[in-house]
Amino acid sequence: MLLAAAASMAAGAALAEPRFNLQPPVTVVADEIYNLHTDMLWVCFGIFVVVFSMMFYSIWKHRKSVGHVAAQFHESTKVEVAWTIVPLVILIGMAIPATRVLLQLKDTSNPDITIKATGYQWKWGYEYLNGEGEGISMLSNLATSRDQIDRDAPKGEHYLLEVDNAITVPIGKKVRILTTADDVIHSWWVPAFGVKQDAIPGFVRDTWFRADKEGVYRGQCAELCGKEHGFMPIVVNVVSAQQYSAWVAEQKKKTTAANSAETDKPMTKQDLMARGEKVYGGVCAACHQADGRGIPHAFPPLEGSKVVLGPAAEQVKLVLYGRQGVYTPSSQMPSQSMLSDADIAAAITYTRNAWSNKAADDIVQPVEVKAARQ
Amino acid sequence: MASTTHAEDAAHGHGHEHAHHPSGFLRWLTTTNHKDIGTLYLCFSFTMFMVGGVLAMGIRAELFEPGLQLWHPEFFNQLTTMHGLIMVFGAIMPAFVGFANWLVPMQVGAPDMAFARLNNWSFWLLPPAAILLVTSFFVPGGATAAGWTLYAPLTVQMGPGMDLAIFALHIMGASSIMGSINIIVTILNMRAPGMTMMKMPLFVWSWLITAYLLIAVMPVLAGAITMTLTDRHFGTSFFNAAGGGDPVMFQHIFWFFGHPEVYIMILPGFGIISHVIPAFSRKPLFGYSSMVYALASIAILSFIVWAHHMFVVGMPAAGILFFMYATILIAVPTGVKVFNWISTMWRGSLTFETPMLFAIGFIFVFTMGGFTGLILAIAPIDYQLQDTYYVVAHFHYVLVAGSLFSLFAGIYFWLPKWTGHMYSETLGKWHFWLSMIFFNVTFFPMHFLGLAGMPRRIPDYNVQFADWNMVASIGAFGFGLSQLLFLACVVKCVRGGPQATAQVWEGAQGLEWTLPSPPPYHSFETPPLVK
Repeated sequence: MLLAAAASMAAGAALAEPRFNLQPPVTVVADEIYNLHTDMLWVCFGIFVVVFSMMFYSIWKHRKSVGHVAAQFHESTKVEVAWTIVPLVILIGMAIPATRVLLQLKDTSNPDITIKATGYQWKWGYEYLNGEGEGISMLSNLATSRDQIDRDAPKGEHYLLEVDNAITVPIGKKVRILTTADDVIHSWWVPAFGVKQDAIPGFVRDTWFRADKEGVYRGQCAELCGKEHGFMPIVVNVVSAQQYSAWVAEQKKKTTAANSAETDKPMTKQDLMARGEKVYGGVCAACHQADGRGIPHAFPPLEGSKVVLGPAAEQVKLVLYGRQGVYTPSSQMPSQSMLSDADIAAAITYTRNAWSNKAADDIVQPVEVKAARQ
Repeated sequence: MASTTHAEDAAHGHGHEHAHHPSGFLRWLTTTNHKDIGTLYLCFSFTMFMVGGVLAMGIRAELFEPGLQLWHPEFFNQLTTMHGLIMVFGAIMPAFVGFANWLVPMQVGAPDMAFARLNNWSFWLLPPAAILLVTSFFVPGGATAAGWTLYAPLTVQMGPGMDLAIFALHIMGASSIMGSINIIVTILNMRAPGMTMMKMPLFVWSWLITAYLLIAVMPVLAGAITMTLTDRHFGTSFFNAAGGGDPVMFQHIFWFFGHPEVYIMILPGFGIISHVIPAFSRKPLFGYSSMVYALASIAILSFIVWAHHMFVVGMPAAGILFFMYATILIAVPTGVKVFNWISTMWRGSLTFETPMLFAIGFIFVFTMGGFTGLILAIAPIDYQLQDTYYVVAHFHYVLVAGSLFSLFAGIYFWLPKWTGHMYSETLGKWHFWLSMIFFNVTFFPMHFLGLAGMPRRIPDYNVQFADWNMVASIGAFGFGLSQLLFLACVVKCVRGGPQATAQVWEGAQGLEWTLPSPPPYHSFETPPLVK
């Protein structure tokens, strides 16, 4: 344990020194918040010094052991009024800049680009709704491999803060983020932007940012949403206007191609298995585990499962629509309908042929998934 | 000052005990005596404190390093949830009720509480509730893992452990409400002649106000968790948008309870400190009436600030601003209290026995918690800090360094009165210094973690957060172990020690110090006269 501690401290030191303050701001709002916080710290520190120097002075000078005899005064209306009014004035002084920054923070009007962020258990989905990039959509899954988490591999620099598909936005443009959720409350948070907004199922909220510096900015889900709450990060790429336009063009090509061709074209078993293994690892293994054995009394095994070895159509329905828990409501299988037809078909095909499974209908094609959607 | 006929009381009490009261287990099961019931509450609360503490050790062990070493994430969430529920409802609240039971009748000059049998039932509801809560770990799916704040709709996904927790909370709520009624009636009706309201000891005031808070808000919690229960099992949609409901409504209802709840957990602590500081300063409490008004202001304000826990749900700006202004206002009466305590010490004749160490430690560290609360109250800043370790740091500063330290101050202060023995000052001082140091080692770095961007309620984290997490975990183990010193000190004192006088502490004032140590079974059989 001690060796591990020493090793990880050395690794940790190489990657990051201890931090004491908010992350460096890259938006005006984050900068305002940073400064508000600094000002508050100074005020509190000042009050702290004044008040506790009096207390410690008293502890030193007014001790019985140095012979100090107790005075008997015990009230003073003047003083009570004073130390009611003065703090009140200080508070008003704090409230004024805080009000200004809050109103700035809440003003989501006139955005250049609007992106909807949907919280799922346990990943984010993004849809570009308005502005340059309209029509682009993607799922953003944690990309850190399981073996890093289980301590079978060394941790990368962006451990738990990396995704397979990050959203990209142009520098200097006002981006409005709509938040909602598919299941429970999540929260979309990027500290460097000074942005946090709860994502509430059945409701749409919004927030905004305008990034002033190119770079990759990382955040995490900020509302307890179940077991993988700590494993659904947010990554935003801020790029120049030209790079953004290039990215948009590339995404459009991929999406349209993917959407139609992918679904209608039959895939070979080899392709399905390869893709399925990836999807399984990224989406299903969190509960059903990499070895397909599940977790006793929590997540059913897929190896030897009646559903996986039975008629394919039933498994497709289950993956699309989810199911109430086998053991308890808490182990419910959430719907995976947000995944593409090809991804679902591949993952199902994989489970039907992986480990010791040898299902009768061993292949599921994307068109079958598309047909099962109602 | 007060006068009593000690000899008469002692003789009566002695006779009563032998003639009418059972001994052994039956004594504790059927007692209607406020001192016995106070003892039961305190022992129960310490047991729950140990259970909640073990859960905390589980949390900090996992968070010692990045990676998942010990627990599955779903079990980790059970640990954090149950640590919170057990500490709040099993440790802190019953401890303060134990103090109320022991002290309120003595301090107002009454023989016992107004409803002595109700008092027994109020206590004995708690062990079954605690059993429900703890055994929820062992049902399929384990204990509820939705956080102590039990937000919907996550709670709808939880297994039967959630239902056990709901029932436990209902039972504990009933216990609190019954106890509060008892306390209010006792205080309003059974004060000794001459004890007007503005002559009541501060601790009594603090509990009078706390009892009203409890009666006002425990039913609100009951409403919220019942709606959760029906959403889970009976097809209602209170918190489900698809059925016309709203998940955020749960948060409004919960925090309408939750915010006064945190004042419920500190106001009696303020009362205790207001007794300890004057005693060891050998000087009357400064600003008695201001202190009473401050308690009342804090309590009233506590009803209009709840949505500061919800700044990022998506409230309109006007709502956020209202709650921000109301919240920062609470700093005014709280500040008044801190200034009055320090003014009590000022030009007193100070000694630093263990109760005083904890009381001064309380003022120092609770105030730091107050500052971080003020910072969190500034809504734009809260956008960065909500649901991060900064919040965890803040509430542990006010709940541990606040409530818990005030409880320790009170125990060391009144233990000689209750047991008749002086505790070991050496053990007490070691307990204080170790607790103080390890507490800060544990929780101060959490401010940095929250500022740097570490969310709450996660079992694993990026390497940039590793250093402070390791420090915090080491501090936590140290803090936990230090509490065994407290247990040793209390057990030793209960069993024996130098005989305590009635006065015990040179500067202590109040009716309880006019009774022998330990006090007779019925405290005051004839009411003392208060001038």
